[in-house]
Formats: sequence, structure tokens, C-alpha cells
Amino acid sequence: MENNNAQTVDKLESQSSPPTGIQVILREFKKDKLAMFSLIGVILLIVTVMVLAVVIDQAKIMNIQLLERFTEPGVRGYILGADEAGRDMFGQLIIGAKNSILIAIAITILANFVGIALGIIMGYYGGFIDNFFMRIIDFFITLPTLMIIIVVITIIPSYGIMDLILIIAAFQWMSTARLVRSKALSEARRDYISASKTMGTSDFAIMFKGLLPNLSSLLIVEVTLSFAGNVGIETGLSFLGFGLPPSTPSLGTLVSYAMNPIILSSKWWIWLPASLLILIMMLGINYVGQALRRAADAKQRLG
Amino acid sequence: MWKTIIRRVLIMIPQLFILSLLIFILAKQMPGDPFTGLITPETDPNVLEEMRIKAGFYDPWYVQYYNWIANAAQGDFGQSYTYKKPVADIIGARGLNTLLLSLLSVILVYLIAIPLGVLAGRYQESFLDKSIVLYSFISYAIPTFVLSLIFVYVFGYRLMWFPTSGTVDISLDAGTWEYYWSRFYHLLLPAITYALLGTTGIIQYLRTEIIDAKTMDYVKTARSKGIPMKKVYSRHIFRNSLLPIAAFLGFTITGLLSGSIFIETVFGYQGMGKLFIDSILSRDYSVITALVMLFGFLALLGSLLSDIILSIVDPRIRID
Repeated sequence: MENNNAQTVDKLESQSSPPTGIQVILREFKKDKLAMFSLIGVILLIVTVMVLAVVIDQAKIMNIQLLERFTEPGVRGYILGADEAGRDMFGQLIIGAKNSILIAIAITILANFVGIALGIIMGYYGGFIDNFFMRIIDFFITLPTLMIIIVVITIIPSYGIMDLILIIAAFQWMSTARLVRSKALSEARRDYISASKTMGTSDFAIMFKGLLPNLSSLLIVEVTLSFAGNVGIETGLSFLGFGLPPSTPSLGTLVSYAMNPIILSSKWWIWLPASLLILIMMLGINYVGQALRRAADAKQRLG
Repeated sequence: MWKTIIRRVLIMIPQLFILSLLIFILAKQMPGDPFTGLITPETDPNVLEEMRIKAGFYDPWYVQYYNWIANAAQGDFGQSYTYKKPVADIIGARGLNTLLLSLLSVILVYLIAIPLGVLAGRYQESFLDKSIVLYSFISYAIPTFVLSLIFVYVFGYRLMWFPTSGTVDISLDAGTWEYYWSRFYHLLLPAITYALLGTTGIIQYLRTEIIDAKTMDYVKTARSKGIPMKKVYSRHIFRNSLLPIAAFLGFTITGLLSGSIFIETVFGYQGMGKLFIDSILSRDYSVITALVMLFGFLALLGSLLSDIILSIVDPRIRID
């Protein structure tokens, strides 16, 4: 009898408790077919690129074969043809995509870690700390970031992938910090935070065990959208010639071959696949981000 | 009202100071000095050394900084290494091209965004609204250089509707009617590309503004007075949501500046963005420094403009 009662209580509780974060997100994706399609598409794309990048022989692809210069797609096993130096474009596309994705992930993790931590600290403490960092952020956000990144890259004598990641991340944390701060500011005035303070919980624990989980829905959105933004920035810089060194191609490097008018006008297989891949990735990731944003905001939810 | 504007302008002074200091430090890290541009095989190293001392190359950094700022404030950014001309002259010539491109882009942005935003808000949840929202999403997600390249390929090389690169047809004489037409024609495709990408913010803002306005009291009052819905839209709602749109002008300017680097590079348009990339490639440091300073100044000005317009429109953010 008692056992039965406990079961009913369990059942009632599960019915009345509001859906948790993951459930809300799942429901949103079930309701929006295009978002589901984008999510699966992006994941499949990233997994395929990673798997293929492990399988293919990078040294063989980057090998110069002048006889295969500008081989057209489909000829002699070159799925997407070959470039000026006879290197397989399909292989380069996979390597480029892998590099672009990994770098964007690294920048996203680094910039968001700093942005989120600082945003929460600013929002929680408020006052002088908040004012001080807000002035800095306001200033840096108006700067012509792209130009300064390019100048810094040209000044650094020998720079590698790590330097590129650090430089871009150094200019990308501000908008995250500003957004997180504005949410943390109102969240930190709630009763449960005051209750924790009276209980004597340390500031650090309140910030990162109390505040952080309550901002998680916002943070997922922010991380997703900034990932898309970072793919755009890295490929853009590589396109201009200030990203990855030519020996490690990025999707942007492949697109930059189109700056040669002959390649742009008549050798579409060299630059178009990389352009379309960037396009598909940007659209897909951004669309997933939008769906997550809707799920995070009860007013906009579809499901 | 004035208090807000003055306060906002005052904030800009330390910002400009930090910006100039930042650029000065970056410039100091660049190899070479302003005289590298004057070196020819006949240059005597001793004369060069004398010139360096005379120009204060060995002065303490704050003296150098002061001299640099004092000269820059008078428009003297030194000599260009590649062009052997004063930097101000080069930037002046290229600046006009970028100004024309930006002007046409801004006009196109507003011409496209305002009708689309109004229609989307008015016919909310209709097929038209959904298409416009999808368009504004796509234009937000596409990187500038990808769309520019695809446009050059499709409209320039495949359909041959537009010239594929350059600022003007070089065979034409300056001053003729054909010359000005050719300039405008070269301007059109880059401007359209930028405009299509720059509309997102305005469309989304107008749309939500109009959707919100539908339930406002002043709209209900107007309706109950017997004004037809059509007129309520064109007179009451539109006028109320139009002013904040002006505030986007500042953001549009800032966006245009960074966009100009990609667009001018792809379209081979001889503006400041292309000048920046060219100078970086030829290590023309005096031009680079001047351009970063100018772009930074313009970006600060853009955000100042937006803040001032916003404070005029929205009394809540004013300081009393």
C-alpha cells in the first residue's frame, strides 16, 4: 500500500514538474523540422570531415604533380579535380574543413571561457569591477577588430596555429562577456542567490554552482552562434592571406585561389566547393543557434 | 538632453587617447622607420643617421608619441614607402572611392530594409513574412567574401551584367559623362552585395517594433476613431518606428568599414579597404598606421552617432 502511494506521488510529481532544459530543446527541434535537419546535417558534416581527414593521406595530397595541373572534376579519380599544382581538390577540401572546424572550436572554447567567467564575475559583484571592465569592453567593441588582428599578425615574426587562435580569441570574448554580464546582473539579485549568501556559501561557489547553471540556456545559444562567427572570422582571415600558413590549408585559403581571375572565371571546382561548404556550415550552425535561442525564450517557443 | 550628448562626447576623448596609444605601440613594433621609404642605392648611411636624429628617432617614447600625435592632428602622417607621396594624399584619393561606395550602400540598405521590415511586421506569420525572415537570416549568416565571390562569378563572368573588377573603365577620359557612368556602374555590384548583407538588423528591428505596436493603446485609439488600418500603418505606426531606425546608421557605418576590406579586395575596388591590404602586403607602415587610426576614429564616431540618435529618440536612456 505504502509502495503504491509512493508510486502515485512519483507519477504526480513527474507530471507537474516543468520540462527541464534538454527536454525543452528536444521539443523545439522536434517541432522545427528545418532546425532538426540543420542539427543532424552539421553533426554529420563535422563527423564525416573528421573521419575522412584521418583516413586520407595528407602528404600525398599536398604533393605537387604538375602533370595533373587543373585536371577537371571526375577525371582520373579526381572527384573535385586538381589545382594549379596538380593537388587533389577533394582531399584539400577535407583537410581545409578539418583545420577550419578545429580552429573555430578552439577559439570558441577559449573566448567563451574568458567571456563567460568574466561576465559572471562582473554581473555578480557589480560596482567598481563591473564599471571597470565595462569601460574596457565598450572601448574594444567599437575598434576595427579585423584591421588590428591583421596588423598584429603581420608584426609577429613567426606565427603558427596557436598564435592565430590566441590572437582571434583575444578580440572575441568581449561580446560574450557583455551579454553574460547583463543576464548575470539581474540573476544575481534573485532571492536564491541572497539565500546562498546568508548560508555562508563562498562567492566562487555561488557564481559557478548557483549562477552558471541558471544561465546555461543562454550560454548554449551564445556558444553556438559564436562558433559560427569564429568559422567566419578564421576563413575570412585565411581568405585575405592572414590566417593559416599556406602549408596548412583552411577553407578560406581554398576560396582565396579565386582571387586569380582565371581560376574564378573558368576553374570553378577550385574555389566553389570550399565557398559552398563555408556557406552550408554557416547557415546550418546559425540555424541551430536560432532554434536554441527560441527554446531558451518561453515567449518564442514553437513546441 | 545636451548633458547626455556632452557626456558622451567627453567619453570619446580618453577612448581616442587609448586608441592612438595602442596604434603607436603597434607601429613601434613594426620593422623599419619612416625613412626606409627614402632609401635609394645612392643614400649615404651617415646622412640617413643624421636625419633620424633630427626627426627624433632616438628620443624617449613619450616625446615621439607627442610628436606623432601633433603631426597626425594636422593631417601629417608621414611619407608612404611604396608610393613616395604623403600618406594623407593617398588616403584622400582612396577615401573618396570608399565614401562613394559607402554612401550608395547605405542608401540601398535603407531602400531594401525598410519596406521588407514593414511588410514582415504588418503581415505577421504570412508566407511573405516567413520569406522575409528567412532572407534576413540567410543574409546574417553568409560571410561577406563568399557572397561577393559568388556575385562576381554569377553576375560578372557568367551573365556579364557587371564589370568584374576595378573602379572605372581606364580607356575613358575623366570628366566625361561616360566616365561618371562607368564609375557608377563599377560601384553598383559591390554596393548591392553590401546592402543585401547589411539589412538584417533593420529588418528584424522594424518587424518586432511593428508587431509590438499593433497592441498599443495609440493604435487602438486611432482605430476606434475610424481611421482605416492602412492609414494607421502608414501614418501612426510607421512614423513611430522610423526614428529608431536612424540609430542604425552608426552601426551600419561601423559594419561598412570592416566589410569594405573584403568587398574592395574581391571587387578590386580602389578604396581604403583595398589600400589597407595592399599596404600590409608591401609593408607600407606609415599608411597602415594612418588607416587603422582613421578607421578606429570613424568607428568611434559611428557609435557616438548611434548613441546620440538613440538618446534623442528614447528619453529613458538620457542622463538628467
